[in-house]
Amino acid sequence: MKQLTPSRKKLVNNSITYGIVIIAYIIIQILNAGGMISPAIQGQLVPICAYITMAISLNLVVGFSGELSLGHAGFMSVGAFSGVVVSLSLQQAIPSGPVRLAVAMLVGAVLAGLAGFIVGVPVLRLQGDYLAIVTLAFGEIIKNIINILYVGVDENGLRFSIANEMALGLGEGGRAILKGPMGVTTNVKLSSFTAGFILVLIALTVVLNLVNSRAGRAVMALRDNRIAAESVGIQVTKYKLMAFVTSAVLAGAAGALYAMNYSSIAAKKFDFNTSILVLVFVVLGGLGNIRGSIVAAAFLTVLPEFLRKLNLDQYRMLVYAIVLILVMLATNNESSRIFFSSLRQKLFGSFKRKGGAR
Amino acid sequence: MKKYLAMLLAGAMCVSLLAGCGGGDKPADKSAASSNAASSSASAEAGVLKIGGIGPLTGGAAVYGVATKQGAEIAVQEINAKGGLQLALDFQDDEADPEKGVNAYNKLKGDGMQVVYGCTTTGSCLAVAAETFNDRIFQLTPSASSADVTAGKDNVFQICFTDPGQGMTAANYVTENKLATKVAVLYNNGDAYSTGIAQAFIAQAKANGLDVVTEQTFPDDTNTDFTVQLNAAKDGGAELVFMPIYYTPASLVLNQAKSMNYAPIFFGGDGMDGILEMEGFDKSLAEGLMLMTPFNAASTEERTANFVKQYVDAYGTTPNQFAADGYDCMYAIYEACLKAGVTADMSAQDICEQLIATFTASDFSVDGLTGSGMTWGTNGEVSKAPLVFQVENGGYTAR
Repeated sequence: MKQLTPSRKKLVNNSITYGIVIIAYIIIQILNAGGMISPAIQGQLVPICAYITMAISLNLVVGFSGELSLGHAGFMSVGAFSGVVVSLSLQQAIPSGPVRLAVAMLVGAVLAGLAGFIVGVPVLRLQGDYLAIVTLAFGEIIKNIINILYVGVDENGLRFSIANEMALGLGEGGRAILKGPMGVTTNVKLSSFTAGFILVLIALTVVLNLVNSRAGRAVMALRDNRIAAESVGIQVTKYKLMAFVTSAVLAGAAGALYAMNYSSIAAKKFDFNTSILVLVFVVLGGLGNIRGSIVAAAFLTVLPEFLRKLNLDQYRMLVYAIVLILVMLATNNESSRIFFSSLRQKLFGSFKRKGGAR
Repeated sequence: MKKYLAMLLAGAMCVSLLAGCGGGDKPADKSAASSNAASSSASAEAGVLKIGGIGPLTGGAAVYGVATKQGAEIAVQEINAKGGLQLALDFQDDEADPEKGVNAYNKLKGDGMQVVYGCTTTGSCLAVAAETFNDRIFQLTPSASSADVTAGKDNVFQICFTDPGQGMTAANYVTENKLATKVAVLYNNGDAYSTGIAQAFIAQAKANGLDVVTEQTFPDDTNTDFTVQLNAAKDGGAELVFMPIYYTPASLVLNQAKSMNYAPIFFGGDGMDGILEMEGFDKSLAEGLMLMTPFNAASTEERTANFVKQYVDAYGTTPNQFAADGYDCMYAIYEACLKAGVTADMSAQDICEQLIATFTASDFSVDGLTGSGMTWGTNGEVSKAPLVFQVENGGYTAR
């Protein structure tokens, strides 16, 4: 059996991941052109892309950096609402939809990254589970802030208030964009599957390149043994912060993409449950396994919709939970793992390896 | 660590999902099956009109979604028993989440639905209404009460009052009946429904010359202690506390007000309906509580009594306002279809144009459980007379 060098193995491995994403995109586009995709699947393509990006970005924190983040939906929320506000206020200035979407995602990403930086700087200096606690609080804080925030736009620019819509004092021709607990109700949908696909590719490129770089090896060394890594001069806070902020940036872009797919979006959506959902994608796909995250995110987003077909009514989500547990048991079970790896060996003898980018 | 984390997460999800499943009743499935069977047997001449329903059947808002589903099912059974145009209701769960609402809508669209009934909750309804507007499918919502739901969309109609409408009506009612001059407002500022009513009430109350002594809020997820808010109302000397909130937190407010010997008039919106049926609630606390609701399950009016009886027989619980809204929705769609001559073989887009024309026609009105002579304007908002009830001796008395 031919042995591949480690760098070559990584290249093959990463190309498979890119390949899966690109082939999935091409197949769906062909099917779509042939009118073979039901509206139910069509409507889910953009959310799936957003969730895949979320899963990839969270995997960077949980899988590679070894820190637990329980407030990833908070970054998504920051990106979503800043993106929507930017998009709606630039409607006249940038008439082109795709350009406006790109600008919205960029602004969402930058602001989410800023939020990640603010959260990360004090917390990542500490050892232990503090990041989990702080991000958990961060998610709730963001949700409650956006719930009381009113944003409007008129010819003088943006106006903010935390009282009510009247307090914005909008001038002639002004309109409220974000209306407290109502959220954004008059969004213009701009997201498309192609935009989602591009975002997933960007996220993949960023994360895979980071992980396979000098910085990425430092991040993983810190995860595996902090003391040993520190003793050879790796700066803990710098590298952890690098991973965390990158993750927040990608989550912000995913949030903007997600929000721009709906004509109304409220802060309630980005609550603790959404954070946990993304964490489930990561854990189910395998910590540190990017390809697993992609598959898990797509699978778990489609699954509840697929279960609708079985007419289970209110037992649908119960079945969803059971399927989830079974999948987790199957993938984490030692004997089933051996079975899968032996199967893989039989099928593709030359790719003898374990795990993804790890 | 990985394995434990996985197990922990799976366990957490399971528990939260199971908690959400509590609202489901088995009889619902049976009756749905029987109504489908009835509709398929009698569908020969006029065909079956496919209605797609969307609302939360699981999660925290399941109680409202299940009520709108069951109320509508009762109406569908009655209509199908009449012969002629048959209705088939396929009700999909949206967990009160806009994303799932759009998913449910897309699924129903794929199944060839012709009219949308829903959504139960405002957030989900806003997202779905934008889709139905683009696809030109007629939509009638039982309980999504925000004014934004119908704004700018000619195909979306409401059977419930809008939030601002309800707030203004309440303020006018308080002024006209001289219930109080000093009022306090207590609302949930994390909830669109509560905020919408409260802000309209405050604006109208000020315009009417009432003295709004304090505006107290509480967030969506911590709603157990209201002593601070009540003290502010008490210190301000409020004779009336307007609280457009759901009945669960309201029951706590009433309890805490009693323990601090504060007895103003409490005035609520339609979310307060159901407080008397709440398990473990001391009905004497609600004595004197005033609320605006379009539906009174204890009414002796023949049609309402009949509906309540059928509902109790089928599902074992007393219907609330949401169930009655659902019942009225089905009849509104049915009567509009009869008037417009809609048949089941028409496309959803044609049905939409016909129904819009019928609903906005000046001579179209529906007599339902939640109001008689309901008519609709071109903005999609319903106009019907609001009813104010006061709790007396553990039951509603019309005011």
